[in-house]
Amino acid sequence: MNLFNESRNKISTNGVTKKNLSIALAGQPNMGKSTIFNLLTGLNQHVGNWPGKTVEKKEGEFQHNGHTIHLIDLPGTYSLSANSPEEIIARNFILQEKPDLVVAVVSAANLERSLYLVSELIVLETPLMIVLNMIDVAEQEGFTVDAKILQAAIGVPIVPMIASRASGVRGLLDYFDQFIEQKLEFFPKLPQISADHQHVKEVIDQLIDGFVPEFYPKNWASMKLLEGDPEIYDILKSVLPLERWETIDDILKQHEDAGLAIASGRYEWIERNIRAAVNRPKLGQVGLTDRLDRFATHPIGGLIILAIILGLTFWLTFTIGSPIQEWMDSKILVPLGTLAQSLLIDAPTWVTSLVVDGVIGGVGAVVTFLPIIIIFFAAFGFLEDIGYMARAAYVMDNFMHWMGLHGKSFLPLFLGFGCNVPAVMGTRVIESWPARILTILLAPFVPCSARLAVIAFIAPAFFGANAFLISWGLILFSIVILVIVGVVLNLIFFKGERTAFIMELPLYHVPNLRSALLLIWQRSLSFLRHAGTIILMMSIVVWALSEFPGGDLETSFLAQIGNFVAPVGEWMGLDWKLTVALITSFMAKENAIATLGVLFGRTEEFGLLETISMTYSPAVGLSFMVVTLLFIPCAATVAVIKQETGSWKWTMVNILLMLVVSIGVASGVYAIASGLGL
Amino acid sequence: MHRSFNLFTLVDLKSGESAKISALRGGKNLNTRLSTLGFTPGVIIYMTHNYGHGPIIVTVRDTRIAIGRGEARHILVTREIE
Repeated sequence: MNLFNESRNKISTNGVTKKNLSIALAGQPNMGKSTIFNLLTGLNQHVGNWPGKTVEKKEGEFQHNGHTIHLIDLPGTYSLSANSPEEIIARNFILQEKPDLVVAVVSAANLERSLYLVSELIVLETPLMIVLNMIDVAEQEGFTVDAKILQAAIGVPIVPMIASRASGVRGLLDYFDQFIEQKLEFFPKLPQISADHQHVKEVIDQLIDGFVPEFYPKNWASMKLLEGDPEIYDILKSVLPLERWETIDDILKQHEDAGLAIASGRYEWIERNIRAAVNRPKLGQVGLTDRLDRFATHPIGGLIILAIILGLTFWLTFTIGSPIQEWMDSKILVPLGTLAQSLLIDAPTWVTSLVVDGVIGGVGAVVTFLPIIIIFFAAFGFLEDIGYMARAAYVMDNFMHWMGLHGKSFLPLFLGFGCNVPAVMGTRVIESWPARILTILLAPFVPCSARLAVIAFIAPAFFGANAFLISWGLILFSIVILVIVGVVLNLIFFKGERTAFIMELPLYHVPNLRSALLLIWQRSLSFLRHAGTIILMMSIVVWALSEFPGGDLETSFLAQIGNFVAPVGEWMGLDWKLTVALITSFMAKENAIATLGVLFGRTEEFGLLETISMTYSPAVGLSFMVVTLLFIPCAATVAVIKQETGSWKWTMVNILLMLVVSIGVASGVYAIASGLGL
Repeated sequence: MHRSFNLFTLVDLKSGESAKISALRGGKNLNTRLSTLGFTPGVIIYMTHNYGHGPIIVTVRDTRIAIGRGEARHILVTREIE
């Protein structure tokens, strides 16, 4: 059977007699695929990584009419070529794991473009069903799509849906029933390939016959070769006898234009199929997206809007999040510590200290930042869901160019103001590896909420009424440092290498609340899991260092380390206490305050702030704040840097980079400040 | 009817103008990415925003796509003038 010259005449076998059904959800980005996944699986889902990849894998299960349906959310991809790890994962899953059914999610408002993935899925043997989503967004932009006509044209079942309003789920489940009962009809009409390329393809078909790894259909492999697919190229090159391969390679070189011709052919197939089904907006009718984009993507207006949105996000985070954090600290952590102390009254002192200072003090302190992070996630998720984030990336593109990055890198960096951990994980949106590494290296330079808290706490000790101004100045200063480091790194290591900036600006739409809440829940959970495990470990290590050998901080290993590195501290005007405070900030940034509290807390009749301001000059204070802002990433961030780069080398580069920059800049600031007589 | 064809690159279009894509002149990777997104020869492309600097926004096959000026120079377009 030739997949490309004729439609499959037979009705594909469908239906399953087994009790467990596996269904893969495929779709391009911004099609509402995750919302559909969340609607079907609810909380019964598992988020992990695809084996060996830093690409998120979402799986879930639900019961339907006595069947257990296992749903796999494939990564959002524009096509099934091998341009990105996501695309390779998606196609290899379908070809190798052979799900019972693939459900492709397309958007009624972007029908032509979103059917491109369908044009690739439809030639695979796995039965295909289409969800025609975002009917409401289409209407908002002036389109109507007739699902029945489209279904007749393409020849696979099509279910209309508005996933954001949970409308159409019933219809989708009905189709699942019909699929299980083998009542669904599939007579897909396949995309054509032009006659001259068809001939070339047949020649390649013969040459690779018998050599293609079993899970790749021969027809599909030859098509991918013609398209210039790097993965299939390498695989076949390694399995074919040299002579045969050289013949194929010659043919491919002569037909380098085939890739473009095949893509055009697929779009022609799409145009034919949708012609009767789609009603376009009248000429001159301007949709909601274009009206909003006149402001949101304007070079000046867009920046103003972005600044207002970022300001609001900060304001929300700190007016709602900070009081909750303080409340958790005083109303939960402190009583919890007291409770633990009374429960452990008979235990040895070091056990009490381990639980109260080490575990509750260390892990607890990080957990109290969760409200701030949740609000940040919520704001970020909302902006992403309505489709705004791509506009933010667009207006920031010019600035990101200075660092050899493009607009997409702005999004994870912004997330860094909440916490650097999700910022590093957020770099997954960047396609090119050098740009991604550079963004990861820069992410810890973004002052996270924990460091902002340290600054907000310490600045008043030295600068009284000017504290607010100084704090903002320091935040801006650390962003300037970020840009300088970015520019330098780009010039030296990345040689100004630039990757193509091509980014879809999705249509604005109202997101689904339930799905948005689920996303916040997942992200918070994953933050807790990442932060919880590593921080628990680090808390215990730092506690042990501060407790042993003598049970006294001033003679502890930590103090010894502090004394050992004190000469370096002196460049920045820091004594061993401030140096130790800085070192403990590695565990969690806000520990700097806790450590100072412990170090100064014992001999005082004044509060901590007064003691500090009497002990140190403003120049020392300034230098300490600068080095705290720029110091090596916290333990949790280091752990995700290792996870995301998959390399200890890059992790160490990042730590060393920040160590050098922080000490260098703080020494400079100290020299200048004390020169000015501060 | 006198008709002449003028060859431009995409960055030469002003906001609000339309043209037909005549060829992609990027490397293999860029061409693959562009054609996947619907930039194929013959398709009508509409310049949504071109401010003369920074990335441009075009509408192709009902999708708005931001694209860097460097990349846009690899997309050749023709304007039909009657």
